[in-house]
Amino acid sequence: MVSSLLRYPGDVFADFDELHRQLDRLLGARSASGSIRAQHGSFPAVNVGATPEAVEIYAFAPGIDTGALEVTVDKGLLTIAGQRKTDNGAEAQAKRNVYASERPQGTFRRVISLPEDADPDRVQASYTHGVLKVRVEKREASRPRRIEVQDAR
Amino acid sequence: MSNDKELTKRNSNAAASETPAMVPPVDVTEDESGITLIADLPGASRETLALDVDGDTLTIEAPVSLGTGEGLQAVYAEVRSGRYRRSFTLSRELDSGNISATLRDGVLTLRIPKSEQARPRRIQVQAS
Repeated sequence: MVSSLLRYPGDVFADFDELHRQLDRLLGARSASGSIRAQHGSFPAVNVGATPEAVEIYAFAPGIDTGALEVTVDKGLLTIAGQRKTDNGAEAQAKRNVYASERPQGTFRRVISLPEDADPDRVQASYTHGVLKVRVEKREASRPRRIEVQDAR
Repeated sequence: MSNDKELTKRNSNAAASETPAMVPPVDVTEDESGITLIADLPGASRETLALDVDGDTLTIEAPVSLGTGEGLQAVYAEVRSGRYRRSFTLSRELDSGNISATLRDGVLTLRIPKSEQARPRRIQVQAS
């Protein structure tokens, strides 16, 4: 498990933020904070991590047919779109009581802005255990390099 | 034996209590023969998912695993906890010994059947 991805390193406000989100959820309120493209509580939840070579985006989108998933990169924006089918739709006509319906359903779309040095030509996407992982390589020129110091003699 | 188990349990609880667990969203529906519970657990694998029935309490617990990555630094994180946990109280007419579960693409489907006596029956009225 990449535990570093699940938490900001050394972020003392993480717990406070979690409380904030729980309050948001309870009150159904949407506080105006952060980017317009990164609202808390949107589906799928997204974590972004970076290595010196690449940017990795993890979208927590369970129960989606990979054929219905659409991942596109355009002008530095990564778009993840798709549709989640409801399994209980077909059986709904039967005598059923619904006690909870919390899982998001229907179509979704999330847009994530990629860093400037991301290379849109080298993108890999995989889907395991309901998590979509998109890996975007960084351009060669922006990778950290070690510069040899020449002996000037 | 039981002592050993307790110890590991306590240890794992202590380790897990560092981050508050996420409460996975669920769909719960009931029909004549039982209850269907569907939970979203993205990142949970079949090997690490724990379903426990203790008395009348059903607990779903699973760590989030994102595979391996070296030198990965978080830039932005909406999922900050490393595990899921949610408990439900089962009523007595449910047959907790016959729960069936499937986990596919991070979606857990639980089927909790009603015990035979609790299913609705139609009583035939006899003509006298």
